[in-house]
Amino acid sequence: MEVTKTMINTLNELKVGDSGVVVSFKGKGSLRKHLMEMGFVKGANVEVQRVAPMGDPIEIKVKGYSISLRKEEAKNIEIEIV
Amino acid sequence: MEKLEIGLAGNPNVGKSTLFNGLTGMRQHVGNWPGKTVEKKEGTFKYNDYEIKVVDLPGNYSLTAYSIEEIVSRDYIVDEHPDVIVNIVEAANLERNLYLTVQMLELGANVVLALNMNKAADDKGYKINADKLSKLLGIPVVKFEAIDDTGREELLQTIVKASKSPNNVINRLEYGSEIDEHIGQLEKIVNEDISGIDAPSSWIALKLMEDDDEVVEKIKESGKGQRVLSEAKKIRGHLSGIFGDDADAAITDARYGFIAGLMQESVKKPKIDKVTRSDLIDRIVTNKYLGIPIFLLIMWLTFQITFTIGDPLGGYIEEGFGLLGEAITASLGEGFLTSFLVDGIIGGVGGVLVFVPIIFLLFLILSVLEDSGYLARAAFVMDRFMHKLVGLHGKSFIPMILGFGCAVPGIMATRTLENERDRFLTMLIVPFMSCSARLPVYTLIVAAFFTAYQGWVIFSLYLLGIVVAIIVASIFKKTIFKGMSAPFVMELPPYRLPTVKGAIIHMWERGVLFLRKAGTIILAVSIIIWALSSLPIGVDYASQESVTGQIGTALSPIFAPLGFGEWQATVAIIYGFLAKEVVVSTFGILYGVGEEATTEEDAGFIAAIQSLFTPLSAYAYLVFVLLYIPCLATLATIKRETNSWKWPAFAAGYTFVVAYMVSFIVFQGGSLLGFA
Repeated sequence: MEVTKTMINTLNELKVGDSGVVVSFKGKGSLRKHLMEMGFVKGANVEVQRVAPMGDPIEIKVKGYSISLRKEEAKNIEIEIV
Repeated sequence: MEKLEIGLAGNPNVGKSTLFNGLTGMRQHVGNWPGKTVEKKEGTFKYNDYEIKVVDLPGNYSLTAYSIEEIVSRDYIVDEHPDVIVNIVEAANLERNLYLTVQMLELGANVVLALNMNKAADDKGYKINADKLSKLLGIPVVKFEAIDDTGREELLQTIVKASKSPNNVINRLEYGSEIDEHIGQLEKIVNEDISGIDAPSSWIALKLMEDDDEVVEKIKESGKGQRVLSEAKKIRGHLSGIFGDDADAAITDARYGFIAGLMQESVKKPKIDKVTRSDLIDRIVTNKYLGIPIFLLIMWLTFQITFTIGDPLGGYIEEGFGLLGEAITASLGEGFLTSFLVDGIIGGVGGVLVFVPIIFLLFLILSVLEDSGYLARAAFVMDRFMHKLVGLHGKSFIPMILGFGCAVPGIMATRTLENERDRFLTMLIVPFMSCSARLPVYTLIVAAFFTAYQGWVIFSLYLLGIVVAIIVASIFKKTIFKGMSAPFVMELPPYRLPTVKGAIIHMWERGVLFLRKAGTIILAVSIIIWALSSLPIGVDYASQESVTGQIGTALSPIFAPLGFGEWQATVAIIYGFLAKEVVVSTFGILYGVGEEATTEEDAGFIAAIQSLFTPLSAYAYLVFVLLYIPCLATLATIKRETNSWKWPAFAAGYTFVVAYMVSFIVFQGGSLLGFA
């Protein structure tokens, strides 16, 4: 039996063009809740579209639209790269 | 005529305001939500036999208590019972838009779903089956276009029909059997114990399971909530055991799960997302190397267009006021009344109206930038800079840009910042952005002293304002606002061609806002100046013996170390507090050229100014005018936005200190370096 190796990264580690699925969202508080409501729920597809000229924030495509967030906010979101 | 009330709801950037303007035209009223600092727009229109009142709700992504805007929208639906809620959704972004829809349905709102911007959805290859969506949700779904009349009639018919037979579809919402079961269980206890909260009991149950602060508080207030609250706590513990996550996260997941089901059934999407036009534009506009130059270019263009077109137009208004003053003098003859009309009123108001073209143009360009979607990219490009340098949000850049037009809308725009302390900090530094009302002061003095380098001198003042703002912000960030950081979570909406109508209404709204405050304050100030300059009875108008002259003379030594210890300069500063452009009209009145308006072409006036300053002290004076106490209207706006006198008082105090210090450094430093 072959076991497929999955890679778990946090969202801030992804490069432009990388995409994956949200597997978990660490942390607590209203920011987490807000981001979940903006579409970062378990199973959601995400794709890193762009990085701002100065290296931060990043632009993510989720639920079919574009949202930007800072890397420090993205680091609690765990992504399985596909 | 039958009356109906509808609320317009939806995410930000979905065309809500466009529909609102399309329906109500100029029959709008802008106020505040009771007890809140959130703006409330209302309007009415007639349709067949109905007089329909429209309330434009704040743009929300959700109805949790994440922001004041969300609470306002929620309370409106619960307390005001509008006949219909028209939920405008962006067709190409249906999934996330429906998240708000679901929450409004939970609240028992009578929702009509209005799909906007269907063309963009077509372009992306989305096929939305509105009938299917309508059947699944149990509410009417209409396709329309907010920018023209497409589908408007059908939308209105649907609204009227829905008002006659309200939909209640709470039972259709599904969160999975586990959560559904607990909602039912908690709802039963809510029904038994709680009364007097005017919202569906299933919604209360759901909110308690989400641990919503507002609702928990209301239940506590009701006095009979112990059983409900302890049961809710038990359920939350149980759910987090099952889902391995907080109950509210599980519920958010479940809502998106329900929406995914709807999408599956009613929307066909291409397997691979097409590359959109917005993508292509963003590749250039937010490009690593081009992003910042493009941003700077656009800011530069904004000012070039504003001033190269605006200045000549201002000249015509100036001439008109000059002629009006002459006409009045000619028909009434010299005298007390003439002096009042020409020196007091025309001298003051004319000095403001001259700048109307500049202000309108600036707001026109800003609204185009905003409606096109570029301002969000500007925030994206500049966030790192703002965050690293001053610890502020990229979004703070927008209020600061607006601050170049006028600090009042700039301060109002801080509402887009979710974090309250971030908002306050931005409000405190926006007044350092050199607003258009300061420009007349610059142009006057620059024309008198720096004819060869006019542009550069004015540019240096704009730059100085920015630098001071950055320094002040980083100091505040480390002191009174220690340990705060707002998240940078911002939608980047697709680029859209701004509509002419939208841009004009936007410009008009903001322009009139400036005029209204300018009109009333400036008129009052001009009359006060005129009166103080004419009293005590018998003195020569505006002489040193007048009340104005006496006050200025008494205070002027304070400013001597800054290079401008003359009483005229001090008097102008005193009245400039009431509105900065009054510095110019004060000079105008003090030198008796009010009726000619105060222009750089008036040789006598220029000579008078030249006798008052040296180039160095003139520059120190400009620096002081740039930085000192924000005008009264700005302070009043800060008061309104923070709902406290503490912040405007603080803003007034600290800016005076900053202005004094910087001007002192400029003048004394300049003197040491041998400038004069």
